[in-house]
Amino acid sequence: MPEVAFWQGNEAIAYGALAAGCRFFGGYPITPSSEIAEIMAEELPKVNGRFIQMEDEIAGMAAVIGASIAGLKSLTATSGPGFSLKQENLGLAYMAEIPVVLVDVMRGGPSTGLPTKIAQQDVMQARWGTHGDHGTICYSPASVQECYDITVKAFNAAERYRQPVLILSDEVLGHMREKVVMKKLDPTQLVNRKRPNVVPEKFIPSLADPKDDLPCMASFGDGYRWHVTGLTHNDWGFPTNNPEEIEKKMKRLMRKIDRFRDDIVEYETAFTDDAEILVLAYGSVARSSLSAVNEARSRGIKAGFFRPVTLWPFPDKEVEKLARKIKTIIVPELNCGQMVLEVERAVHGRSKVVAQSLVDGELFKPDQIFKVIEEVA
Amino acid sequence: MPGQEVVSWLRTRFFPHIWCPGCGHGIIMHSLLRALVTLDKKQSETVIASGIGCSSRMAGYIDACTVHTTHGRSLGFATGIKLAKPELTVIDVMGDGDCSAIGGNHFIHACRRNIDITAIVMNNNIYGMTGGQASPTTPVGSMATTTPYGAIDPSFDICKLAEGAGASYVARTSIANPKQAEQYIMKGIQKKGFSVIEVLTHCHTTFGRRNNRKTPIDNVNFFKANTVPLSKAKDMCEEDLVGKIVIGEFVDKDVPEYTAQYLSLIERVRG
Repeated sequence: MPEVAFWQGNEAIAYGALAAGCRFFGGYPITPSSEIAEIMAEELPKVNGRFIQMEDEIAGMAAVIGASIAGLKSLTATSGPGFSLKQENLGLAYMAEIPVVLVDVMRGGPSTGLPTKIAQQDVMQARWGTHGDHGTICYSPASVQECYDITVKAFNAAERYRQPVLILSDEVLGHMREKVVMKKLDPTQLVNRKRPNVVPEKFIPSLADPKDDLPCMASFGDGYRWHVTGLTHNDWGFPTNNPEEIEKKMKRLMRKIDRFRDDIVEYETAFTDDAEILVLAYGSVARSSLSAVNEARSRGIKAGFFRPVTLWPFPDKEVEKLARKIKTIIVPELNCGQMVLEVERAVHGRSKVVAQSLVDGELFKPDQIFKVIEEVA
Repeated sequence: MPGQEVVSWLRTRFFPHIWCPGCGHGIIMHSLLRALVTLDKKQSETVIASGIGCSSRMAGYIDACTVHTTHGRSLGFATGIKLAKPELTVIDVMGDGDCSAIGGNHFIHACRRNIDITAIVMNNNIYGMTGGQASPTTPVGSMATTTPYGAIDPSFDICKLAEGAGASYVARTSIANPKQAEQYIMKGIQKKGFSVIEVLTHCHTTFGRRNNRKTPIDNVNFFKANTVPLSKAKDMCEEDLVGKIVIGEFVDKDVPEYTAQYLSLIERVRG
């Protein structure tokens, strides 16, 4: 692998996954994410990894969960309709606490929508797409370099917190080319799931350490016998109808993310010190937004910029803190208003929140966002 | 009573099981465990995958590496496990709904790939756990809660489906022949490729009581009276075979297996 490359976002995700130690890919072709599968098909055999094109999106999700249970760091990639199809098995991975990484290169919806056009309509599906409560870790890259870096982070988070981790990329980012520098990763920068430190006879598969709420994970085939199930289960991993055991499991599933919230949440800011107007944007839209903010600054408007790198957990405390001194927050999104709801929840009426929606299949041009900054200034 | 070696494969701490008294699934589990013991398989190197339904609860009762997945999707999980670690023995236990309805696509593609997994299909012609709705193997004319006037849609022949899709070992028997079930399962596990063993069983609780087979023994008698060995069926005319179910080994062939193919691909790529 070269140290500096000129890659598409999809390529950067594939090579980032390999650098993170991913050794299994299962998936199904879908625009605009297919390049990820194609690169993994070519690269994985070279490192004794495994690639399989499954019969559908559902089986793709099933296969990566299976491979992870057998001990391999696993990736799947999809887009809109495929993300919908993966939701049921994604839920099993939350319930059974199986680390996997799922990339959704967003395109327009609903339904088949706009396969070759950019959108950001899957933000709430990423949070609530599968049925039932669970914590969500979802990253949103905004450059090709970040596609590479975030994929490594996503694998580390999946392994550390024992659950699926999502990356919401988008069509523009997926197909845009930029320079990527591959930082050398030493083994200490790669996280591996916590392994049991007891003999197989004493292994209790869902028993979490109270210090971190995270159970140890054995792999099938390494001497431990254990049961994996999507049914609500007790510490032994066995289905339960006992109210205490049910509540214990459910509360821990939420708590294991809540308690590490500050470690997980990432964001980027610019010009926020004296800002009166804040543009909050993520993914490709963040790039148009930063241009618009720069333009505003050059014209003497006190505009600032906030980019959640983790969409989930949402950096609500950080946004709330900024909202105390900011007059107006503009939220440009390529949907009819999804993340803006989370911003409104976070700011609690402390600043005015303005939603800017674009759903014509195109990316915001900086001047479209600049116009709104000018209007509210 | 099961032998001690068989009992050592059970998670008795999780008993009682959910199956109704007289259910055929226990007979099939016993056949599977006897086959595993005879083949000297190790519990920590044996994977039992399952989907959803009464039959799929079997995975939880077996003290091995077990994974109880989503409805119809177990073969996808099993495929991921097998490809990640081809040295494991992977068995997928499923019901007729899992196999031929919601998981039909996964079933035919596992056959096509010829991945070394042994699928045991417990066909009781009904969705038992949810209260007796018709399945794709409910015979025409049978009563179910969703076919209150009798089923009108033709049923699937799971063995023909598996044969057509490319499985390398396909056999059918019933719970009236537990020794034969054990032998077929053993051959399926030994076969390097995708094996399908359909075991006809019964749900006297939700199917039998609506279709004149109220008790477990009615069902065993039904299978005894209405199954015909393949060797005998070959010499029977079509008329005589009406209403009969042919049992036996339909496919037993050696064709390239998927994980072996993938491993040789890795070797080729890595030079």
